[in-house]
Order: sequence, then C-alpha cells, then structure tokens
Amino acid sequence: MGRTLLDKVWDLHKVDSLPTGQDQLFIGLHLVHEVTSPQAFQALADRGLTVLFPNRTFATVDHIVPTDGQRRPFADELAEQMMSAIEKNARAHGILFFGNTDDQGIVHIIGPELGLTQPGMTIACGDSHTSTHGALGSIAFGVGTSQIRDILATQTLSLSRPKVRRIEVTGALAPGVTAKDLIIRIIADLGVNGGIGYAYEYGGPAVSALPMEARLTMCNMSIEGGARAGYINPDSVTIEYLKGRRFVPSGADFDTAARFWKSMASDADASYADTHTLRGDTIEPMVSWGINPGQAVGVSGRLPRVSDARPADKDALAKAYDHTGFEQGQAIQGLPVDVAFIGSCTNGRISDLREAARVVKGRKVSPRVKALVVPGSRAVLRQATNEGLPEIFRAAGFEWRDAGCSMCLAMNPDKLSGRQVCASSSNRNFIGRQGSPHGRTLLMSPAMAAAAAIAGEVVDARQMLPAVGGNGRS
Amino acid sequence: MAEPTSVRKLIKGRGIVLPGDDIDTDRIIPARYLRLITFEELGKYAFFDERFDDAGKPKPHPLNDPRFTGGSILLVNRNFGCGSSREHAPQSLMRMGINAFVGESFAEIFSGNCTALGLPAVRVSHDDALRLQKLVESDPTLELSVDLEALTVMAGRQKVTFTMPDPDRRSLVSGTWDSTAMLLANKDQIVAASKRIPYLHGFAESKTAS
Repeated sequence: MGRTLLDKVWDLHKVDSLPTGQDQLFIGLHLVHEVTSPQAFQALADRGLTVLFPNRTFATVDHIVPTDGQRRPFADELAEQMMSAIEKNARAHGILFFGNTDDQGIVHIIGPELGLTQPGMTIACGDSHTSTHGALGSIAFGVGTSQIRDILATQTLSLSRPKVRRIEVTGALAPGVTAKDLIIRIIADLGVNGGIGYAYEYGGPAVSALPMEARLTMCNMSIEGGARAGYINPDSVTIEYLKGRRFVPSGADFDTAARFWKSMASDADASYADTHTLRGDTIEPMVSWGINPGQAVGVSGRLPRVSDARPADKDALAKAYDHTGFEQGQAIQGLPVDVAFIGSCTNGRISDLREAARVVKGRKVSPRVKALVVPGSRAVLRQATNEGLPEIFRAAGFEWRDAGCSMCLAMNPDKLSGRQVCASSSNRNFIGRQGSPHGRTLLMSPAMAAAAAIAGEVVDARQMLPAVGGNGRS
Repeated sequence: MAEPTSVRKLIKGRGIVLPGDDIDTDRIIPARYLRLITFEELGKYAFFDERFDDAGKPKPHPLNDPRFTGGSILLVNRNFGCGSSREHAPQSLMRMGINAFVGESFAEIFSGNCTALGLPAVRVSHDDALRLQKLVESDPTLELSVDLEALTVMAGRQKVTFTMPDPDRRSLVSGTWDSTAMLLANKDQIVAASKRIPYLHGFAESKTAS
C-alpha cells in the first residue's frame, strides 16, 4: 500500500513517540508575525530558554501595519509597540526579520514568494491561514502561542497525525471561474466543520491545471472548512514556480531538491480516510452571504430559506439572517455593496490584482462604493507597479495601498463602519471580522469584488470580461 | 506525595450556557484586542462586541447574565472556536474564569490551544449538550463536575459521558499539558532528526547518500 504525502512528510519529521500518545514532529520552517509571537518570546525569557534553531524561524509584520504610509513611528501606539517588540525579539534571537525590508508582506505571501516554502516541509506559524503553504506540497498548519513557544524552544511540536481526505475535482473549471470559487464551493458542500481531524489533499484534473498562485488561494481556505492543513502534490508547476527563488538551491542542488520534492508526492496507490469528488464544470463564481464561509451560493443563485435547511443548519442560518438583515430567497445578484476590498493572504498576489484589473480597466467605481486594493507584499506591489496596475485602479477610483493584511481583519486603521456591506476577496465573513460589529462581508474572487465595486452591487464578473462573457466571447 | 498543581483530573463549578453553532474566534475576542503584546488584560474583552453595545452599555448575553455569575464551565454547541489560531480566544475566557468547556465539537486549533493552557474541552452528543444546557438554564446554581478519568460530566445527579482526544486527556490528567519541558528532554533526538532532513542542509546529505 502506498503512502500519502502527509504520511511521507510525517515519517521524515517524526522525532519520537511521546508518552501522551502523540508524535514529536520536527518543524522545518517556522514563520512568525507580530501579533501572536510576543507572548511566546516572553514565555521563553521567563523560563530562561533560547531559540534552538534560529535559522529555521523567519519573521515579518503584516496584521497591524498601516497601509496608507508605513513611516515610523506608527500613529497607533499599540501597533508601534507590537512592531518594536518583534524587531527586538528577532534581533535578540538572531532571527531573520523581513519587516523593515523590501521583502515585507503578509507571511503567507512572502513564504512562497521568497522560496522559503518548499515541498516536503513541515511548516507552522501562529496563524490559521498557514494552510496556504500546502499548495507547494508541504504540511503546513496554524498553531497557538503556546505552540510557538514550543517551536522556538525545541523546533518541534507534540501532534496527532490527521486523517487525509482526498478532494478530487474532475474535468475543468469554466472560463471566469477561479480557485476562490472552487474552494468556497468545497467549503459550502462539506461544511465549515467538515474537515475537523483531517488534512485535505486536493487533486484531479481541475486542480492540476491550476497555476501556483491559484493553488495558494485554494489551500489558504482549507481551515475555513475545518481542515487545519490542505495540500496539493508537488508536480511540474511546483518545480517551475520554485526555480530561481531566493531560498531555493540552484544548479545541481536544485536538481537534487527537485528529485526529493517529487518523491514526496502521494503514491498512486496511497490510501485515504475518504474521498470527496466534485465536477469542475458545475462550479460558478461563488459569493458568501452569511456569517461563515460555508454560507455561500453561486452567483446565479438565491439565498437559502431557513425552512429548507437541514435541521442541524437551521440555527446557524437564522443567526446569519439575524446579523445580515438580508432576505431569505433573495437573489444574490443585485445585493448593494458599500465597500470593495481586494487583497489578503487569500487573494493579494499579482495574478489576483491582474484579474481584478482586467475587470476594472476603463471603468469607474460606483459613486456609492469605497474601493481599495492592498497588495499582499512589497514584491507584489513592485511587480504591479511595473505592469501599470496602480494607474488602472486609481483611474477607476480605487485607493492603492501599501502591503499588509488590512481590511481582512481590521487590526490596522482599515475598517468597515456601521452596517456597511463589503465585497471582499478575503477569507472570513465572521461577525465583526472587518472591524465593525455590525458590518457584513461578502466573500468572492478578486474579479467579482472588482465587478461589485464598479456596479455598486453583486454582479457576475464574467459579464465584464470580454474574453469570457456570453456576448463578447472571443 | 502531593500531585503537581498542573494535574487536571476533576473540574468542578457552575455552568454558563452559551448556545450556538460555529461560534468563531473573532466573536470570542475581536481582533482589535489582539494589539496587546501580553495576554494579561484579555479577560475583560471576551465576547466584547456581543456583551456591550456601541456606547459600552451591557447587552443581554450569557456572560452578562447575573444568574451565571461565578460560573466556570462553559456549555457550548457545535464547532466552537472555529476560525483563527489566536490563543487570545481561550486566554480571554480563562482569564474571565472559565476552567473547562463542554460542547458538541470544537475547532481543532482552539481545542489544542485549550489543552496547552490546561483547559479541558470535552465533547458530548448533540442531545446531551442540549440536556446539560437545559438543566443549567433551569437551575444555574447546579454544581457540575467534569471527570477526566471517568469521562463523565455530572450535573447534579444526572450523568453524561464525554469523549476527547486521548493525548489531550492524558496530558491534562498527568499534568504535562505544558509541553515545552517534555519536548526539550529529547534534545539529542531533535538534533539527530534534523540531520536526516535533506532541506535543512541544502540537500548536501542526500547528494552524498545517493
């Protein structure tokens, strides 16, 4: 019987079996950001411990940084304190810190971008969207601050091996349907708690056809389906993506590395706890309407009726309507929006901005909408600038910002106010997530968010893409 | 010999009924309170936006309900703690006096974070969750006890069985839930493991091995 990638990675990194019944697992790459790490460094200091493998931890800032000018000191005193803390901690422990460099950006954007993220690794970070890195064929998951302390002190964690669910997407995605739509559909189908205890392995023709940045979007939201990790087996797309990146070996070492990476992919006869199959051509652009990412419908669809829901879902649905004030059975298209946010670790990469720019080019943001684009990293910002994207967005009436997490979770000054509705390319529509306790978030792809910004309401972005739309098909 | 103070075998206290599925970590602790570099103050901010209106006035909420004052065992439903990895969520609840969670299911990272703080998060069936919530609703003074050796929750004279991941249970019962020392005891094995992982030395070893 063959092994899955998860099995191979687990076996390679297992240090010991622990008395509790868990495995002690070596963490090959540890990423830290400013919000969840200061308490862990403090715990280390309190116990007189040091960082065991400082060259396997890398640090950045993303959550609290302002995106309308990053000059120090930050206007927000607490943000400045948090920034100073990570600078001090990185310096004290000899950890490479990207926060003050041209490489600054969202931790899940810069890891792959710099080539820190590689196939076959175990990767942990005090952030649930660490699952993103699984797109390159690593086992990557979010941890709490006590576990950050453990990694800093020992470069290991005490963990139970998850089950693996194969998610097979057959056929091909229709034109204008993105990885974001695919993953939201999977979460809607399997539920926001369906993945508890599992790692999701995504595969099948529709997944193999995705470029790396789309794969990152897909794996990013695994946690929204309850799966702490999600991954895609390394293939030629992965290896091409890694070539020439800063932390990737070069020359003959690259070939050695590539052989290792390919050897970590799941065997053809690997066994899975279970399999979920989905037809790629049945997926349309998705929009979330409720208070968790699974409460989503296709763009041609209508909001569900509580009376039609499965008994187990009725309460959550009722709570969602209670918060959003939307009408049961109403069409999702035509729902007015006040804000459009394009960015985040889910959709803040160059391909996301290009996709949004194709919709925006030559059009104007609706006068009722405040729209902003926040690149995921300074490298994305530079690339976008080289391609003339800021001019396209600004001419349409978008604000063009500096790199950070921004309005995905509103820890910096970018927030919704009152009951605003936001068309957002981010990952969570939880109550209060975007900074207003009464705000409402509609999750969608960057193209869909761009289209909503232009129309002032939810529309099918495919109508605005000449190469895709029904009338203008080329 | 006295047991270490970290041992968690039997947790007793009154209950607080906090109903609802998929209660996420943004609701438990709004992100703006994550801008503090210590956990110390967080007890004040648990469920802040659900407990207080925009003017700071208390709203009806189980954690504001005088009937539940002094309760220490939170009775929840399905997928509690979903969303972010922020340990601030269980930290804030612990610091407001919660010592254990009884629910239908918990998000994985949240559950692990609870264990890492010495807080049991135990799973009961849907029917039992509703039954316990109803019992405590009708008599908030009822004494509950969560027994990690017998795998039962006693609510007065009513007994309910629970499950939880065995490693979590064992680390709580043995008092080893703060895992740093246990992991660090294997330092030699850690260093040995690092030597056989090819990417940790630029793939040099796999080159010589092949």
